[in-house]
Amino acid sequence: MSTESERGQFQRLSETGRPQITIHVDGEPVTALAGDTVMTALLLAGARLREFEFGGGGRRDARAGFCLMGACQDCWVNVEGGGSLRACTSYVSEGLRLTTGGGEAR
Amino acid sequence: MSDEQKILIVGAGPAGTRAAELLSGRGLRPIVVDEAPASGGQIYRRQPPGFLRAARLRYCFEAAKAEALHACFDGLTERIDYRPDTSVWSIEDNVAFTLGPGGVERIPFEALILCTGAVDRVIPIPGWTLPGVFTMGGAQIALKAQGCAVGRRVAFLGSGPLLYLVAYQYARAGASVAAVLDTARLGDALPVLPGLFAGGSLLAKGLWYQNWLRLKGVRLRRGVLPVAIAGEERVSGLRYRSGNGRERRIECDAVAFGWGVKSECQLAELAGCEMRFDGAARQWLPVSDDDGRAGVAGVYLAGDGAGVMGADAAEYRGELAALALLSERGAAVDDRRRRYLKARLGRLTRFRIAIDRALPYPDGLAAAQPDDTIVCRCEGVTAGDIRHGQSLEPAEINRAKAYTRLGMGRCQGRMCGLAAAEILAHHNGVGLAEIGRLRGQAPVKPLHIGIAGQAARDDPDRAASI
Repeated sequence: MSTESERGQFQRLSETGRPQITIHVDGEPVTALAGDTVMTALLLAGARLREFEFGGGGRRDARAGFCLMGACQDCWVNVEGGGSLRACTSYVSEGLRLTTGGGEAR
Repeated sequence: MSDEQKILIVGAGPAGTRAAELLSGRGLRPIVVDEAPASGGQIYRRQPPGFLRAARLRYCFEAAKAEALHACFDGLTERIDYRPDTSVWSIEDNVAFTLGPGGVERIPFEALILCTGAVDRVIPIPGWTLPGVFTMGGAQIALKAQGCAVGRRVAFLGSGPLLYLVAYQYARAGASVAAVLDTARLGDALPVLPGLFAGGSLLAKGLWYQNWLRLKGVRLRRGVLPVAIAGEERVSGLRYRSGNGRERRIECDAVAFGWGVKSECQLAELAGCEMRFDGAARQWLPVSDDDGRAGVAGVYLAGDGAGVMGADAAEYRGELAALALLSERGAAVDDRRRRYLKARLGRLTRFRIAIDRALPYPDGLAAAQPDDTIVCRCEGVTAGDIRHGQSLEPAEINRAKAYTRLGMGRCQGRMCGLAAAEILAHHNGVGLAEIGRLRGQAPVKPLHIGIAGQAARDDPDRAASI
């Protein structure tokens, strides 16, 4: 996974001059820019944030956030080694390591 | 100021900013708690440090207002106790419980001004949980605060003041707009034109956005009914019925949708405010008088959280609530100013009523969704689960919650509650008011269990309520 992949859900239109920050998502490095929310970084690189925990594990169980204002709570992602964060209201920081796989966000 | 005299303002949007301005100007030092890292609320949300776009690009015609409000708040920070990045997750017996960078805190208060704002009003339709579907407000935030579009080819669906504005902002910023699908018909606007003129330039701006989009060749359709958002792993298209009943499909990789906004009033409910069903707003709202007094001693309501009237009204209402609070404390207040603010609000109320009729909520659309449509996106509860849940006699939404887990997830029914009530009401042939509302419950935002434990240790008497 790399920054702004063709498979990314989001498309960056402006504000491209900010410093780069590397985070890890499911073990893979993802390059983001300082000031990106975790959601922005993840959705520029891919099209999912998490797996719906009450689905059957099918293809339709991916979730990628919804409200972007901390209201719907559909963008909680797991932090490696425990804990979770709300992707739309959290910002990327150097060394952040996340997982988007199945299982309840803790 | 001792604990007992503390004034707490929740929210630093237009209403909270103006309330804080007035109170701090009178030598009081309110605590201002806000979820965001910077003031402005959602409507005037700021971009993070390091972003360079001018206000004009982000707020369009409202740039001057946004900048004035930001400057106002920035000038207050020495005179208020400002706590950004902090959520209020419960209120009980004149104590607010917050979660911020320093963990959990309890804030006893004597007076409380709730400026909790609004969130998008959405109608669950098949496919709305797919990656690539976002609220209208969310799509705007991606652009305004992150410089991103939510897709490469975005369809805009719904009705309300944001529909054409956000589509315009996207097209202007270089995104591809697949279509703007308005569930309102042109005919809806004609009978209420005089009321629309009460909004002055607001009407002109809306028409200007539409015209700009039309000239750019963007597909604009009115009187549509959404059928489903298509896609397997992510959005691939949007199916809808046009005004003449024919089914159409447009190709897109993202959908932004919503039907205006609805008040966020869980905290008002927890603070003890009486809740009343508002037929025009189609939701239960906390009761307050013209000045924002909630009827609970020391509690005031302002801004869209007390009934949606928009950002300009929120500024007036924030100031009015602060004036009411001051006069309750025996301070002298400027009656002329109060009358002026109320006159401005009266005008905006007429406009609001006209807007609701010109851009009507599509009555019956939620209730018409097929049984397998997910309604509660947190828990995966479907329209069929709600209709055919057991022991729903009498039909009441908290019973439906108990039997189906509807509204029991992380968002506490914030996203699905209103639509679920419509489905339940229609299915049982009763009015929306009779269905009731999902009761506000603490924590109104998710709280890690360890943190709840910390709060309980700090305050064992209240542990039972967490």
